[in-house]
Parts: sequence; structure tokens; C-alpha cells
Amino acid sequence: MTTATQPTTSQEVALWLRMYRQMVAIREFEGQVNELYTRALMPGLAHLYIGEEAIAVGVCEALERTDYITSTHRGHGHCLAKGASPDQMFAELLGKKAGYCKGKGGSMHIADPATGNLGANAIVCGSAGIATGAAFSANRLGNGRVAVCFFGEGALGQGVLYEEMNLAQLFKLPVIYVCENNLYTEYTHYSECTAGDVLMRAQAFGLEAVSVDGQDVRAVHQTAQRLVDRARSGGGPSFLLCNTYRYHGHHVGDINREYYRSKQEEHMWKTERDPILNMGKWLIEQKHADAPALGRVQQELESEMKKAVEFAVAAPYPNASEVEEDVYA
Amino acid sequence: MPETVMGGQKVRELTFAQAIKEALAEEMRRDSTVCIMGEDVAEAGTPFKVLSGLLEEFGKDRVLDTPISEAGFTGLAVGAAMTGMRPVVDIMFGDFITLTMDQMVNQAAKVHYMSGGKWKVPMVMRTTMGATRRSAAQHSQSLHAWYCHVPGLKVVLPSTPYDAKGLLKAAIRDENPVVFFEDKMMYKMKGSVPEGDYTIPLGVADIKRVGEDISLIATSSMVQVALGAAAMLEEIGISAEVVDPRTMWPLDEKALIDSVKKTSRAIILDEGYERYGVTAELASVIATGAFYDLDAPVKRMGAMHVPIPFSPPLEDLTVPTEQTVFEAARKLCGR
Repeated sequence: MTTATQPTTSQEVALWLRMYRQMVAIREFEGQVNELYTRALMPGLAHLYIGEEAIAVGVCEALERTDYITSTHRGHGHCLAKGASPDQMFAELLGKKAGYCKGKGGSMHIADPATGNLGANAIVCGSAGIATGAAFSANRLGNGRVAVCFFGEGALGQGVLYEEMNLAQLFKLPVIYVCENNLYTEYTHYSECTAGDVLMRAQAFGLEAVSVDGQDVRAVHQTAQRLVDRARSGGGPSFLLCNTYRYHGHHVGDINREYYRSKQEEHMWKTERDPILNMGKWLIEQKHADAPALGRVQQELESEMKKAVEFAVAAPYPNASEVEEDVYA
Repeated sequence: MPETVMGGQKVRELTFAQAIKEALAEEMRRDSTVCIMGEDVAEAGTPFKVLSGLLEEFGKDRVLDTPISEAGFTGLAVGAAMTGMRPVVDIMFGDFITLTMDQMVNQAAKVHYMSGGKWKVPMVMRTTMGATRRSAAQHSQSLHAWYCHVPGLKVVLPSTPYDAKGLLKAAIRDENPVVFFEDKMMYKMKGSVPEGDYTIPLGVADIKRVGEDISLIATSSMVQVALGAAAMLEEIGISAEVVDPRTMWPLDEKALIDSVKKTSRAIILDEGYERYGVTAELASVIATGAFYDLDAPVKRMGAMHVPIPFSPPLEDLTVPTEQTVFEAARKLCGR
């Protein structure tokens, strides 16, 4: 287990405050998504990232804007942490033309070349090849970029993950496989479908594999930064296991969860292991912020997200003529 | 992109395999982002020796032997194509495309559309098709219809060395994922191929033989079968036109319809399974586009609806031959 370091520089303090703010941004964004669903304003479903914010933020803060990420069906946090703007994201979630994908992708497929986001993917482990291929390009073109492949522990069940880790190690590619173990593979506890030791699976291919407290944004960031630097300097692929928890259901409609997990368990994670609460407490303890300042961060972001939602609700749908556009480049 | 044959180019007799290797080598010289990956593509040059010599010219960084992980290296190619490379993946036997389905169908084919046109996937998958090589049920299928079914993919079936070179160069330069099916029984077939650069646009059919009485619309190795049948038909006074769509998608519907409007009869020949296959789609195009010009029902001839058997006398029954096409055409012409 990695432990967070003590504060030393003003740059570090700025980083911690930025990471706090980013985590709150994701939580406020997702709160609005849930609201859109319950008010029946959003077509389809969405998979909320609430509870897991420290991972996307800690990892993406270790990346350059030109570095690549691939994301998952639970991908809003990754997209925001990599720099996506909330108004275009909400527009995409509502199927509007102003969305990142002109409304053609939706919640599970947000992609944004400007921030290196190769796309969220609704096939579990569907982007392991894409992330590995992006690292292959970076290696061949010599542009110094790295790729991060985010996936949930459910992806550990897909054989292609192991094919990609094998290829990445054979070709010494700058890719980091970030496994977010939120304990539930949809509605089934991960222990019921994951044999053996997760880290050893990656170690078998020669990858450096480490686990980190996924609720501690400083710990995630510190470890991710080391693995990113290692990849960028030619050290090859690695595997980062982040232990976390999904506060909401598999998707927004999964509200009766007692058949697969207890309310006490949810309560414990929300009150004792919350990444935002704990980071806020720590910032106050270390006198890097006070409670009113953190409160203002929350209010600012809540207001920003509400405005972004208003933009998206008012934005027009695509024209019928667009249905056949973009099938071929 | 017009069809171009540069003036003054020398024309040689090359095999189908040599034409493919020449196309790859020329594109790799022209564009440093083109690379080849697959099982036994480097030193071995594939089991069919199609790629022999490329490793020596381009080195291991651009001709990459992979593990036996079709999904793995195809997925890697999708990501590489999105980020600045033009990979050509080699799937040794067309039967193994089943292992690449998620990477091609859910990833490569959809990335451009799902991203609202922001990302593109300029990659080529080369693979094989074709029965009668005594390779049994898992090394003999022609599964191109599977990929034809997916919007976002282009599917190419060359039938001559000339077409193979020009179409493969066009496929590599295309901004979309293109699947290129080579009939492994044609690798040693010879034909005229110009030296140097030329491309054949995807989506343009070719009339391989002009005729008046019946259209034989044929793909890949079935073009040769159709030409053989046409020669037999000529001896009994039936003039057959042989039309090769060359690409399944994009599809040159007009060329097929125009030919059948002229001849009033059509047989569709394809080595894929007849049921729910390419022949059904092409027959539908003709039925819709040339209905009032037809003097007989459109006849489809594809592979029998059985796993390809090993035993030679059984295997030979499963695909159309010159003789079966000749007989079907004669019957359709009322002779």
C-alpha cells in the first residue's frame, strides 16, 4: 500500500486543491445526471461514478493533455478529469447536437480528441486494445505520449485483457492498465467471479503491478505519477489496481440493491471512506483550506453544473439528415 | 479517386501473392506509418509465403510477429489506427475472423460514428477465404458476409492479381477500416500487373467478360469459375457477361443492374454460404433494380449449408464449379 507524502511545496498544495475541486466537479456532475434521470429528461440510462472520483482525478492529474485515455460505461469521471467540458457532456447525454459526439454516442461513448480521450466504451474491456494501440503509436511515432486504460474489475473476466497485457509487455509499450475494483461486477460481488490474485495476473506478464487505496486521491496520484513517468521513460506497461466503491447502483435505475449488498456496507463507505470528505478533512487539518472555502468550491461547481444542464436541455437535437453522416470517414 | 495506370509503366506477369506483396511494399515505402502485424508474418512471411522479403526490407519495427492473439493484435491495430498509424493486420485463415469480431464490429466499425466523426480508424485487415484446399471445416470458410453486415466497415474481394494490387493500395489509403479477403486458392494464379503506383477505387465493379444473354455476377475465385463457365456456354451459343463487383461494400449497384437490364438473366456466384449470404443481397439488388427486365428468376449459387467437409469428394460438392454454373446458366436460358 502506498502512503501519501507530507506537503512540501506550494505547487503540491495547488495540486491538492485542484484535485479536490475536480472530485467535487465529478460528484456534482453525476448528481445532476441522476436528477435528469429521475425527472425523465434523459433518454436511456447512465452509470454513475460517485464514490470513485479519486481514481479518475488522481490518475488524470498525472497525465499531459496530449496523453491518451480510454474509458468505460461508467466513464463521466474519466472524461471530466481529462478535461472535458460539462456542457458538451450533458448535451451528449441528452442526445443533442452540441454534444461531444453530436448526440450519436451518448453517456457510454463520450470521445474527445482535444483532450486525448479515445472514447468511453460500452463493451466491458472493449478498449484494452485501443489503449494498447495508442501506446503502440506513441512508441512508433516517438511522440512521448502514454496511454491509460481505465476499466472496472468486471473486465478481469475478459480474455482480451491478457492478450493486450502480453502484447504491451512484448513491445514495451507506454500503457497503464488502471483497474477500478468497486467490488461489484454489475449485481454480483467480484469475489464470486475472480479467482486467484488480481495483481499476480498482471505480474505473470512481467508488468509492474501495484494496488492503491482508490479512496485516497493523493495516494492514487502519487502512484499513478510514478507509473506514468516510468512508461514515458521507456519502462514499459504497468497495472494499477485501485480499491474503491460504487455508491449508486450499476446504473441509475438500480435502486433496490439489498439483494446483493447491505445498506450498512454502503453507509460505511459513504461516511468513513469517502474520497471527498476525507480529502477535505485533510486539507483543513493541514491548513491548506478552511471549511467555508471548501463549501464555496461545492457551491460554485453545483451552480456550474446546473448551468451546463440548462445549456444541454435548451440545445437542439440533431437533424434527421444527420443519421447517415459519419458512418464512413 | 480515379483508376490510374501511369503511362509507360512496364506490365509483368505476377502471381496474386506477388501482387499483394508488391502493393504492401510500395505503400510501406510511400508511407512510414504503414506497418504489418500478425502471426508468422515476419521471418515466415505467412504460411502462404505472401509476405516473404518484407521483413528484410522494412525490419522488425514495421513487420511484427504477434502472439496467436487475433483479438489482441486486431484491437491494438484499432487503437494504433486512431492515433496516427496505418496498420495492416494479417489474419491467417478467414475462419479466425470470428476471434476478432468485437474489435472489428463493436470497435473499429463504430468508432467514427460513435465519436460524431471525430476519431477515424484507417486500418486494413487482410485475411483469406476459399474451400477445396482439403483443410476441413475450420480452415476453409468464406465468412466475408459477416463483415458485410456491419455499417462502418468496407469489404474487398479481389479476383485477379491486377485488382489485388490496385485495391489493396486503395484500402491502405482509405480512412476507414477495410477488410480484404484473399482466396488462398488464387495465390499462385498469374496475371498482368503494371509496375509502380496505381489504385482501383473501392466501390467500382469491373466487367470481366462482355456478353449478351446472361449475367454471371461473381466474387473472388468465383470470377474464374464464371469465366470458365462462360467459355463453355459460348460453345453452345450462349453469350455470358461476367461482372465482378470487386468490393462488397461500397457496392456498385448500378453496374450490376445495368448488366442484368441488358442480358435479362442473372446468376450470382459467391463462395460464402448461400443462406443469408452475399448472393442474397446481390440478388435483392437486381430484383429491385432490374425487375421489369428479367426473363427468369435470379439464381443464387453459394456454398452449401454444411460445415466444409474434409473428404475431397464431399468438399468438392460444397462450392460452385464451372460445370454446375454452366448447367445452371443453360437451364436459365431455356436450353
